[in-house]
Amino acid sequence: MATETEKMIIAASRELPKETAVFVGTGMPLLASVLALNTHSPNILLVYEGGGIGGNPTGRLPIQVSESLTYENGVAVGSMDYVMSLAQAGWIQYGFLGGAQIDAYGNLNTTVIGDWENPKVRLPGSGGGADIASLCERTIILMRQDRKKFVPKLDFLTSPGYLTGPGEREKVGLPANTGPYRVITQIGIYGFDEQTKQMTLLQLFEGYTLDDVQQQSGFPIAISADWSYVKAPTELELEALHALDPDGVVLA
Amino acid sequence: MTTNIKELEVSKLYGWEHPDTIRAYRQKHKSMAKKDKTTTLAEAVARGVKTGDYVVFGGMGSVRNPLSAVHEIIRQKIDNLTIGTKGSQHDWQLLAAAGNVSKAEVSYGFADEVRGLARPARSAVESGRIKVLSETTNAAFQWRFTAAMKGLSFYPTRSALGTDTLQYSGSKTITDPFTNEPVELLPACYPDVAIIHVHRADRYGNCQIDGNIAEDIEIAHAAKFVLVTAEEIVPDEIIQNDPALTKIPFFVVDAVVEAPYGSHPNQVPTLYSFDEDHWQVWLDASVTDEGVEDYLDTYVRGTKDHFEYLEKIGGVRVLNQLEKIEKKLAPYPKVAKRRG
Repeated sequence: MATETEKMIIAASRELPKETAVFVGTGMPLLASVLALNTHSPNILLVYEGGGIGGNPTGRLPIQVSESLTYENGVAVGSMDYVMSLAQAGWIQYGFLGGAQIDAYGNLNTTVIGDWENPKVRLPGSGGGADIASLCERTIILMRQDRKKFVPKLDFLTSPGYLTGPGEREKVGLPANTGPYRVITQIGIYGFDEQTKQMTLLQLFEGYTLDDVQQQSGFPIAISADWSYVKAPTELELEALHALDPDGVVLA
Repeated sequence: MTTNIKELEVSKLYGWEHPDTIRAYRQKHKSMAKKDKTTTLAEAVARGVKTGDYVVFGGMGSVRNPLSAVHEIIRQKIDNLTIGTKGSQHDWQLLAAAGNVSKAEVSYGFADEVRGLARPARSAVESGRIKVLSETTNAAFQWRFTAAMKGLSFYPTRSALGTDTLQYSGSKTITDPFTNEPVELLPACYPDVAIIHVHRADRYGNCQIDGNIAEDIEIAHAAKFVLVTAEEIVPDEIIQNDPALTKIPFFVVDAVVEAPYGSHPNQVPTLYSFDEDHWQVWLDASVTDEGVEDYLDTYVRGTKDHFEYLEKIGGVRVLNQLEKIEKKLAPYPKVAKRRG
């Protein structure tokens, strides 16, 4: 029986196409990307903020976006300027994000809970998050869902989703045809409606109901007319995932 | 058409200088003379790092960081520092835990990636002991140093437009005169001090870095004082034989210190891996203020220099094992994570 974290990672890996470049962070995004690489997406190019490109690490997965495993058996290693420029110039289609808070438009907060001047909780900050959210074509957001995390208004807008609605990204000057593509939580998989740019349920994980979708969100979530259940993880997917994290650094 | 500069609600400009001011500074303080700049860590830190300085550290995250210099700053009690946390982790977080930091410009801080959130630095902000001056992104911070390196007052980007991150940065948004669309201008950043740990350097300060260079070339050219700690100080010929490998040239460097295992407990690519056992010691200690003080008293304040520190953490037995792990001659140990 797969855990919720495992189901989320496997669902994320399935969103990646056969061939693409992905901006990854350590943790769940890296597991999802390498799982895709080892199963259905042999031509994924993993790109890390530290400058590593296309690594195929041995021994364990990177725990730092700048460690040498990010480019072991890889394609190139450069600087942060190089990889961030790649993203800004449109070479990197996918990017992974997470956050402490998200709103209906997929905007994310990873900076503070409470007031910025006197924060209740200080979070890591943007890091490369706002860069990935601004510059990659499609971002996939992995986070757990509850009413504290799915909020009507963020305490701080760290990384741009669709801002306040359709056309807003373009209006503020973000690159065209970019933005959040999927949000994956323990409850379901969400997309963004073409017309409203608001979060919409596409698929539900077994064991959850449409009621849970709304109950665990502080903003209304539309339900796609043709919503379905997420296909359960296969034995192959689970085995491949466990092999990537035998010590349970992320999965435990 | 005229280009309109829209003043943002909150504009926070730190570390910025007029490019001509910096040109004049360099003419006065930097030299093309090939002088022997090797010195001791204690002397270099005492000379280069002053109370109230704006400091940035090389490497990224917890990889190839000048931890030996961080320890020395703590030993010398140099305080009231402002840190540019440009994708920084253990280096600045340890300094923040020790109480030497009063302000920070933040792109990433307060966490150790998969190891978990960094409690001491977080609580320092939450209690008001550290004031966060501004927010930015990893790319934007690095491009602030790029502007400085290029002798410009700003560098343009399309990242983070429309965000609070931008509102709380020193950036300005203008209309790009070519596209007629908004573009973000990042202010150049000239730190007082950059401390960079490299694989090898010669006595003049020419540096080689193997593997990823993060934004070290930029910060080395941006900072007013550049302190290099090197795993090894090599004969002049090593550098002269292959100048293509020189990432930082001597004329930007002010002091060179040999600091073997100078990044411990962090990694230096190709040389040694993370010390997971020591990381666990720190993470466990970091859960309480008392634990932090005990850790600092034992490993930093209680050791007279870097070499005594290296003995304290286990000496050759431990360091040799970390080399074997990095060279794939020993398996990776269990990854240390924050407990509690």
